[in-house]
Amino acid sequence: MARLYEQLEKDVRYREGMKACLNCGVCTAICPAAEVSDYDPRQIMNIVQERDEAALEQLLKSDDIWRCGECLSCKTRCPRGNTPCYVIQALRALSIETGLFIESEQGRKQLAIKRTVGDHILQYGYCVYIDEVDNETYPEQGPVWKWIRENRDSVMERLGTSYGKNKSGTLRNTAKESLEDLKKIFDETGGTARFDKIEKYSAKKAEEMNKEFSKGKDEYWRYLYNE
Amino acid sequence: MKQVRNELWSAYQKEIADNRYYFARSCIRQNFFPAAENLYLKIVGDVLGRDIFDDERQTTCTGIAYHSGLIPMETIMTVVARQFSLMNEAGYENFVVSCVTSFGIYVEMLETWKHFPETEKKTREALKRATGKSFEIPKNLVHASDIIYKYRKEIADKLKYRLVNALTGEPLKVVDHIGCHYAKIFPSHGIGGAEYPYVLAGLIDEWGGTQVDYPERRHCCGFGFRQYLLKSNRGYSVTNSKKKFDSMEPYKPDLIIANCPGCTYFLDRWQYVIAEKDEKTYGENGSGIPVLTYEELAGLLLGYDPWDIGLQTHQVQSEPLMDKLGVAYDPSSKYKGLGGADLGLPENPEVLRCSY
Repeated sequence: MARLYEQLEKDVRYREGMKACLNCGVCTAICPAAEVSDYDPRQIMNIVQERDEAALEQLLKSDDIWRCGECLSCKTRCPRGNTPCYVIQALRALSIETGLFIESEQGRKQLAIKRTVGDHILQYGYCVYIDEVDNETYPEQGPVWKWIRENRDSVMERLGTSYGKNKSGTLRNTAKESLEDLKKIFDETGGTARFDKIEKYSAKKAEEMNKEFSKGKDEYWRYLYNE
Repeated sequence: MKQVRNELWSAYQKEIADNRYYFARSCIRQNFFPAAENLYLKIVGDVLGRDIFDDERQTTCTGIAYHSGLIPMETIMTVVARQFSLMNEAGYENFVVSCVTSFGIYVEMLETWKHFPETEKKTREALKRATGKSFEIPKNLVHASDIIYKYRKEIADKLKYRLVNALTGEPLKVVDHIGCHYAKIFPSHGIGGAEYPYVLAGLIDEWGGTQVDYPERRHCCGFGFRQYLLKSNRGYSVTNSKKKFDSMEPYKPDLIIANCPGCTYFLDRWQYVIAEKDEKTYGENGSGIPVLTYEELAGLLLGYDPWDIGLQTHQVQSEPLMDKLGVAYDPSSKYKGLGGADLGLPENPEVLRCSY
């Protein structure tokens, strides 16, 4: 396998995001993730630009690269035109590609996102879709959303949407041809392979952790999503 | 000094096409504010008389998955290319995006193609192999609110209500929330740039309100993509929203308007959570501060029935705002279904006041 740095440098986001970091810490000062955890983008940039292969491997196995919320406030503020968030995106991709994501508590959680948003894309053509957003999984949705979901055919019709219909408009069924295009794009560009990789490495980890692993919201998914 | 600061935004302008738009929908806006995009199409089509096309063949841009670290850049780039191809096939050149996350994605892919031309070549080849399609880059690409901004004066001439307290004659105090990906990634693509975004502030000024300039005005709503999508990580999201609410509270805002569907959702729902968890509310008499999208605000002021434009689908309810504006509404039709069907009522939260 190519050295980790060689792989990282192939990612245009790394090349665009890491120019010459002087470690001033402005990115950490502006970062919403740094406010709620010990995440420190300044430190990530420092580790990455040291080009230490062992330190990079440690980073790919750590929770740190999964703390960023990708708001990209760091891009606006960096006085040297770096984008720590782009570097994070490249690190996350490499962590999944190398299977190292399962070594961290936060990295492992990618399976839970793959089995919600990821699978919704190919099933519905939407990242988020009303039929899948229940109040148990998303309790902050509150009672109005519960009422909408329980009465969704009538509410959506009154609001003039195309929910459940094969025509243009809000919440329409995504056409079969469009879903097929999405699947073919995922197959062609590595999206499907990425999803398969997440499933494959997660199965191994679930076994190690003695959690039931099958599909959908299995025991391993519930553990990752909730805890 | 204040006047000078308020005019700094004017240095950051961008081209916004004046007609013939191809509309790219938002996953979050369609689900959580399900009447908003139809209202937008009516405002642009019927009120402003512009041609805007709603294409049933489009899909998600996959941006939420991309920013959660789930899918490769090559994948989202090719999905974006397919959307452009659909626009070309429909005979349009001006791409209008209903979601701030998507807007950031489209601009980022166009910029990446400029900085790394080999990625555009690879995308063209991948799209061709996967779908047989090819594409031309849009002549103009803007966020949906940019068009409302461009025509804010024309809309102002047609308003039935203004952002003014009908009883006192005072301007209403309005918080604008732009959404990080509107201008923080590529400031030159946002009206007013990242420092002085004016896309919503311009609506407030033109429609009679007054801007609330509070310390955390530019702070993120706290979506955080993967941080919100996992129940275990949601503290990230609510903490950042709370930071904003605590910062705006002393200014007693009458209303929040948001650019991004995700931000609208979080600023609405986290008020409910903070009320139930901490018994803390930010509006008057136990209510929340209503959070509207820009098209919902335009629709309300233009005189559309608030329940036809879906204001009841928010968790924070809008009656206190409508009373201030002098908007007439029928409380009995609020929670009715199609043809006045009785659908019962949503439960009342324990703390947040939601019935009037």
